[in-house]
Amino acid sequence: MMVQMKPTRDGYGEGLLYLVENNPNVIVMDADVAKSTRTEWIKQKHPDRFIDMGISEQDMVATAAGLALGGKIPFVSTYGVFLAGRAWDQIRTSVCYMDLNVKFGGAHGGLSVGPDGATHQALEEFALMRVLPNMALVVPADAVETKKATIAAASIPGPVYIRFGREPVPVITNEDSPFEIGKANLINDGKDVTIIANGQMVYQSMLAAEELNKQGVSAKVINLHTLKPIDEEIIMKAAKETGCIVTAEEHQIYGGLGSTVAEVVVKNYPVPMEFVGVKDTFGESGQPEELMEAYGLTWKDIVDAAFKAMSRK
Amino acid sequence: METQELKDICKTIRKDILTMIYEAGSGHPGGSLSAVELMTVLYFGGFLRHDPQNPKWEDRDIFILSKGHACPVVYAVLAERGFYPKEYLSTLRRFQSPLQGHPNMHKLPGLESSSGSLGQGLSISNGLAMAYKMDGKPNHVYCLLGDGELDEGSVWEAAMTAAQHMLDNLTAIVDYNRVQLDGPIDEIKELSPMKEKWLSFGWNAIEIDGHNIDQIKGAYEKAGTTKGKPSVIIAHTVKGKGVSFMENKADWHGKAPNDEEYMAAIKEIEEGEI
Repeated sequence: MMVQMKPTRDGYGEGLLYLVENNPNVIVMDADVAKSTRTEWIKQKHPDRFIDMGISEQDMVATAAGLALGGKIPFVSTYGVFLAGRAWDQIRTSVCYMDLNVKFGGAHGGLSVGPDGATHQALEEFALMRVLPNMALVVPADAVETKKATIAAASIPGPVYIRFGREPVPVITNEDSPFEIGKANLINDGKDVTIIANGQMVYQSMLAAEELNKQGVSAKVINLHTLKPIDEEIIMKAAKETGCIVTAEEHQIYGGLGSTVAEVVVKNYPVPMEFVGVKDTFGESGQPEELMEAYGLTWKDIVDAAFKAMSRK
Repeated sequence: METQELKDICKTIRKDILTMIYEAGSGHPGGSLSAVELMTVLYFGGFLRHDPQNPKWEDRDIFILSKGHACPVVYAVLAERGFYPKEYLSTLRRFQSPLQGHPNMHKLPGLESSSGSLGQGLSISNGLAMAYKMDGKPNHVYCLLGDGELDEGSVWEAAMTAAQHMLDNLTAIVDYNRVQLDGPIDEIKELSPMKEKWLSFGWNAIEIDGHNIDQIKGAYEKAGTTKGKPSVIIAHTVKGKGVSFMENKADWHGKAPNDEEYMAAIKEIEEGEI
């Protein structure tokens, strides 16, 4: 499969540029990492719509709450660890409790941040954000989808968290692919096993499905780009049609995509599940690809998990 | 409004605070009583433009309570101003009451934000002040902070932001009563020199006796007309002000009076001259 590579953060920057040029209320905020999050593009082209808050994530989030009270739509941007983690209380009390129209761009998500190591590898945001009432949580699969998610976030009321990454990843969707917050996309239909993934693990799931196909297994692949609100319908249908599920995420297996899917499955139609993700451990420095391999986040791990899940039917 | 009239209102507010906390059986009298004059002058002295009949009036000024636990003083003042019936006050902290233990803006008219987790209100106020400046609007934002709250580092992040963006449409008020939940501030985390701290952060700092109505009026006037930088009013106050056995006592930070204490407190306020 020959694919174009592009960082999802580019999609965030492109989405913000579109918004700033088309919605007078959108304000872009950053905490001294504008080059990394691509908000620098707004800083350069539209400085009057950009606020650099300095290295003050807690202040940034609560200030965004005030801007939202004043009728603005702030996009709060920094690394996921410092946004979802450090400013969690501000996100909870000053944004979600008041149900304010603040959007969060959580950059540098996942292990694939690479050489910076564990302190900068956000592996907990799904759990931290989805537990908050009123919060929507989107984890786009590629740069094109990240741009769509960014633009879509501005058109729904209330807090939205978008998680994206640093490294170039395969572009697997295009301008015409459907995207709606809260509605998962079926990438590949199948009848023996379902693979549900988000972020760059959607591409790994597609590779896994190809390999499984070679081995005579028909795999359904779902891009569950929105973790909240969750698309229960597509998950229940998949559970019934294939009888087992593998989830794949660049995140801790506790409290993330796998847990979310399991909650839906257990409640409605219990089937065997296997979880591909980071297994309750911190990351470390390394090249993105070697880290993904070392921590069990490749298509091969998904294939193994698929056979395991099928054997438990 | 004349000083004597304001003083009379302060008496009513103090009694309301004590009655609602007594009836609720819990709440925070100390830091509510210390801010009575500051809040009364703001809402009744003609400084905060607002309309109780139209709480979302576009041209209103904004008051943000950062120290959310002091909500009894705000609830009492808003009721006295007519945002809602005074009967609401007896529902404080009860199930399904609009008067939550810490403020919820969606449940009660007149509240501009929810609060309860400290160290966030000044940033919220900054955001509002920035939005007004972006839109070229004259609305002023006031924010009441506790002194113990200044232990939170995020307050000082916000202090830098306000100065950086020259938010002269913002006035912070520090209720400097020198006592926090666990005890006297100087035994926990010393805040002095308070004025110098704010000055060095680029603020216009005004130091007053926070129970002296004329000084409070003067401070709001000065803060409202200062250009190019945000203003802070450092109001020296007494925790539990007006009830001798509550004054300066950390024990009364978050405790309701019993029957006897309540009767004694009301009597003192009615007979006292503050």
